[in-house]
Amino acid sequence: MISKEIMQILSVSEIASETVEMVLRNEYISEQAIPGQFLHILIDGHTLRRPISIADINRESKTVTILFKIIGDGTKTLAGFKEGMEIDVLGPSGNGFLIEEQDSVVLLIGGGIGVPPMYYLARTMVKKGKKVIAVLGFQSKSHVFYEEKFKELGETIVVTNDGSYGERGFVTDILGKIGSFDTYYSCGPVPMLRAVTNELQGRRGFISIEERMGCGVGACLACVIPATDEKGYKKICSDGPVFDAREVTL
Amino acid sequence: MNKLAVELPGLSLKNPIMPASGCFGFGREYSDFYDLSKLGAVIMKAATGERRLGNPTPRVAETNSGMLNAIGLQNPGVEAIIREEVPFLAQYNTNIIANIAGSTIEEYEEVALAFNDTEDVQALELNISCPNVKEGGIQFGTDPMMAARVTEVVKKASNLPVYVKLSPNVSNIVEMAQAVEAAGADGLSMINTLTGMQIHLPTRTPLLANKTGGLSGSAIKPIAIRMIYEVKQHVSIPIIGMGGVSTAEDVVEFLLAGASGVAVGTANFTNPFVCSDIIDELPRTLKKYGFDSVKEVIGKAVTLA
Ligand SMILES: Cc1cc2nc3c(=O)[nH]c(=O)nc-3n(C[C@H](O)[C@H](O)[C@H](O)COP(=O)(O)OP(=O)(O)OC[C@H]3O[C@@H](n4cnc5c(N)ncnc54)[C@H](O)[C@@H]3O)c2cc1C
Ligand SMILES: Cc1cc2nc3c(=O)[nH]c(=O)nc-3n(C[C@H](O)[C@H](O)[C@H](O)COP(=O)(O)O)c2cc1C
Repeated sequence: MISKEIMQILSVSEIASETVEMVLRNEYISEQAIPGQFLHILIDGHTLRRPISIADINRESKTVTILFKIIGDGTKTLAGFKEGMEIDVLGPSGNGFLIEEQDSVVLLIGGGIGVPPMYYLARTMVKKGKKVIAVLGFQSKSHVFYEEKFKELGETIVVTNDGSYGERGFVTDILGKIGSFDTYYSCGPVPMLRAVTNELQGRRGFISIEERMGCGVGACLACVIPATDEKGYKKICSDGPVFDAREVTL
Repeated sequence: MNKLAVELPGLSLKNPIMPASGCFGFGREYSDFYDLSKLGAVIMKAATGERRLGNPTPRVAETNSGMLNAIGLQNPGVEAIIREEVPFLAQYNTNIIANIAGSTIEEYEEVALAFNDTEDVQALELNISCPNVKEGGIQFGTDPMMAARVTEVVKKASNLPVYVKLSPNVSNIVEMAQAVEAAGADGLSMINTLTGMQIHLPTRTPLLANKTGGLSGSAIKPIAIRMIYEVKQHVSIPIIGMGGVSTAEDVVEFLLAGASGVAVGTANFTNPFVCSDIIDELPRTLKKYGFDSVKEVIGKAVTLA
């Protein structure tokens, strides 16, 4: 269940161009969170909280890692926070990724700020004895992060839009070259998700969707997406952000 | 004696605080945070005749000290609300106010009639001021004749007290308030959001898919205070005030301006506990400004003027 929690900042570091890794400490969130869930972070002076995915959890040290890109005012302020400060969050929010027990190989496709939730997912998959193939897309070489950490977990292919590192192009350009897998998981900007779901049509897959949110708890109906069910829509913040690729219309 | 209590037509409020329509859904999500019985009342999300799926996304944008929204009255329709949502809220010891909307006078009438059959709803909030739908809503809220007409029809149809929710997007708010009072409104609710727009620089296009949206949050508080203050001097029906409330001090300011009840909208998004926190804080804040009870604050700024 979502709780309003105070988290202590243990460290803040810039790990790639305009990309910040922040390690936070909070017992409840570290015990409860599953891959694909997010924190809804209050930043002083801002009316709306900022949704940021949980990139990793360490239950022993009770820590939660987030990775975020500096986009506008909110993330810029957050990046300026220092070790020892505290932040007010709602979490863990959202549904998280469904892990199919019978799968033996999973394909994880992350684009830009969609890469962070893939890391906690990859670690969880490996712990469950599954083989992970990761395809990570970034704008250019200076934006690449966590490549080594993914490599420790399985086959990892990095793609940059401008070809300055790894393969050139979009994540979808190399999906044809991937070996067999059981289920795919993807997170990234909507145009990327659209391309991925098109390319992998008919395959079992789960996608995590980004949208501008209001309350972040399912009350205000700001972040909805048309769905194929009887109700006609899903709430991204509370029914999602992860959806079966076949149940929503991008 | 309960120092926070207020009596309004159809509503015995244990305190003047209520979540505003559209900012609290039907209470389910916030019931995970605190006991909704603590609230004076809950104003439900707008109900229309049929289910509505609302506008395309993005539907919200942040602004300095506030936000824009263009949800587009998404709701499951009045029948589903009465069947599935009202019984949930009725478990709590609080008042339920149904916000009703429509594209035509007939739709308003139909929705008002539907609520006659439920014992658990204590009042209607007649939303003639939604800026985010193409037809109806705002049209009824900016023309005093139309506002009076829809008020009359809903009053005739309903067996509940009717609070008419005014739009601030008018040049003469007093004229609107007087028109609906003359048409039989039991109370006023003000203010709804102010129409605004934000342009996304990288794409050079309006950020909201609906282009325009309603501005809410602390940015609009001075406008709400001014409008309530003006209207209070020209009508005798009570006012439920709203617009940028986030603290107990804000509540006292609304009461001074002339509100008898105070709704909290956008602030629930920043802090899901905001209504509960304000209720805890209110007795201390009243005392700080020399008052013993909520009742004695109402309209005090008016008599001092
Ligand atoms: C479920 C979810 C998980 C996310 N996880 C991450 C993550 O792990 N790392 C990361 O870097 N980013 C993530 N994002 C995107 C992140 O929320 C935005 O980049 C951030 O809110 C931008 O805030 P800002 O104040 O810097 O930008 P501004 O543009 O100034 O923000 C203005 C408003 O728009 C909203 N907004 C702007 N861009 C986005 C966006 N892409 N998605 C949703 N809302 C947006 C903001 O929340 C704010 O309300 C996630 C988004 C969602 C919905
Ligand atoms: C996301 C959102 C949805 C809203 N939906 C409704 C609605 O369905 N009916 C209505 O009368 N007002 C609606 N409102 C307006 C609020 O009830 C309130 O009048 C307004 O937001 C001002 O108060 P605030 O500044 O405290 O939010 C909505 C406001 C927001 C922010």
